[in-house]
Amino acid sequence: MALMARFGTEAKPISGGQSLTPMMNMRIARPAHLVDLNDLLELDFIRVADGVVEIGAMTRHARVASAPEVVRELPLLAEAANTIGHYAIRQRGTLGGSLVHADPAAQLPLIAVTLGAEIVLKSVRGLRIVAAQDFFLSIMTVDIAEDEILTSVRFPAMGRSTGWAFDLVSRRRGDFAMASVALALDMDDAGRVSSLRFGIGGVSPVPARLEVVEQAAFGHQLQAGMIAALAAQASAEIDPEDTPQLPATYLRELVDLLSRRSLKKATETLGETV
Amino acid sequence: MSGTKQIFLTVNGETHEVSVPPRKLLVDVLRDDLHLTGTHTGCEHGVCGACTILVDGQPARACLSYAVQMEGHELRTIEAMAADGELKPLQRALHEEHGLQCGFCTAGIVMTFEAYLRDNPEPTEDEVRDVLSGNLCRCTGYQNIVSAVLKAASEMREEAQV
Ligand SMILES: Cc1cc2nc3c(=O)[nH]c(=O)nc-3n(C[C@H](O)[C@H](O)[C@H](O)COP(=O)(O)OP(=O)(O)OC[C@H]3O[C@@H](n4cnc5c(N)ncnc54)[C@H](O)[C@@H]3O)c2cc1C
Ligand code: FES
Ligand code: FES
Repeated sequence: MALMARFGTEAKPISGGQSLTPMMNMRIARPAHLVDLNDLLELDFIRVADGVVEIGAMTRHARVASAPEVVRELPLLAEAANTIGHYAIRQRGTLGGSLVHADPAAQLPLIAVTLGAEIVLKSVRGLRIVAAQDFFLSIMTVDIAEDEILTSVRFPAMGRSTGWAFDLVSRRRGDFAMASVALALDMDDAGRVSSLRFGIGGVSPVPARLEVVEQAAFGHQLQAGMIAALAAQASAEIDPEDTPQLPATYLRELVDLLSRRSLKKATETLGETV
Repeated sequence: MSGTKQIFLTVNGETHEVSVPPRKLLVDVLRDDLHLTGTHTGCEHGVCGACTILVDGQPARACLSYAVQMEGHELRTIEAMAADGELKPLQRALHEEHGLQCGFCTAGIVMTFEAYLRDNPEPTEDEVRDVLSGNLCRCTGYQNIVSAVLKAASEMREEAQV
């Protein structure tokens, strides 16, 4: 913290280096000082208490994907973490690094927004807690001050009966997603949606919840017709950039497909006890 | 981040004292300063996997770390494999199954699976392909590498039983 305060704008923290070092190798980023967080073992932890799973910033993706506490309490997060890059990348990349780097297509920011996580930031000035949906401001831009370090993320545990799904489409295994969908679904005893959290990544500057779709689902049973209608709505709701490499019409089709697959899968995992 | 810094690097069980600029990548220090040229540099973006080594037993891209970050950590490179002159099961299987042609990618693949097979001794073909997706090979078309990894895994399981 003292080092961050001393060097101000000149310094950047480095954790896994899986995003920052490529940018420095390409000379896109040129910080004057790097503050290495790798040996801060106290930032590598997973704690479960009072319905909250708190995960330290230095926790590597591989641990997030496989820790029994995460698999049990946050299966959506574990599954998404297991799709990041490749095996070797997941051994180095960290939760904190992924959230601060904030690639629009990254898995962990999407899950943080979908599940309504809180981001814990520290500096010599004290502690600050920011809701995930307020933390991501724009492409690779987050609400963090120059002297702040992201120390942990607090995820509300998913209910044991909550259905969920994570799915993405990428060009090649391990590449960043062109589009991704994350869902958490609860139903009442009559099989009607009592809560749907519908997160979408890759198609906007920051991951977002599709509240219109969440509300449209409320109180309904999720039969094939309803699933198709919600997926169509999701694909109409997004406003992706239209580029020759990735035309907006194509992205809308991907979102439609991912939404249908995910809604179906979320209903199938409902009530599954782990 | 200018000037040089005196650091101690533990590579393949030996500790070396080197004087390096803080900005120098681990892979460049391994190759230029320690003359361990078995670790290759392909993309310097973390994508190709050619530079993969083990840091405290876990695979890591040597192009995405700075040497100065590695003090106090145990590094292992391809030079530690078959150091006694006898090929490791995966190296042998890569040879037998024609899992390499030019060999540029091979060191990274051996180091990646050194860790993976230790932790996952019974991988399915799909799992092997998933792990291998992190290592680019421009020559072989991957099929023979997949066969070699599966063969090595089964040999290692047999060896572990006796
Ligand atoms: C080949 C390859 C494929 C990849 N594929 C994917 C993918 O499919 N999906 C995906 O999501 N990611 C992917 N990544 C990126 C990977 O997930 C990174 O690990 C992650 O984006 C950054 O984490 P890091 O720990 O490496 O952070 P670093 O690269 O060390 O840092 C990234 C940024 O965050 C800042 N920072 C880091 N930690 C902190 C902290 N605790 N507090 C404040 N600031 C901090 C740094 O200053 C820097 O600006 C890939 C990377 C590679 C090399
Ligand atoms: S050179 Fe390091 S991954 Fe390509
Ligand atoms: S053998 Fe030539 S790149 Fe793999």
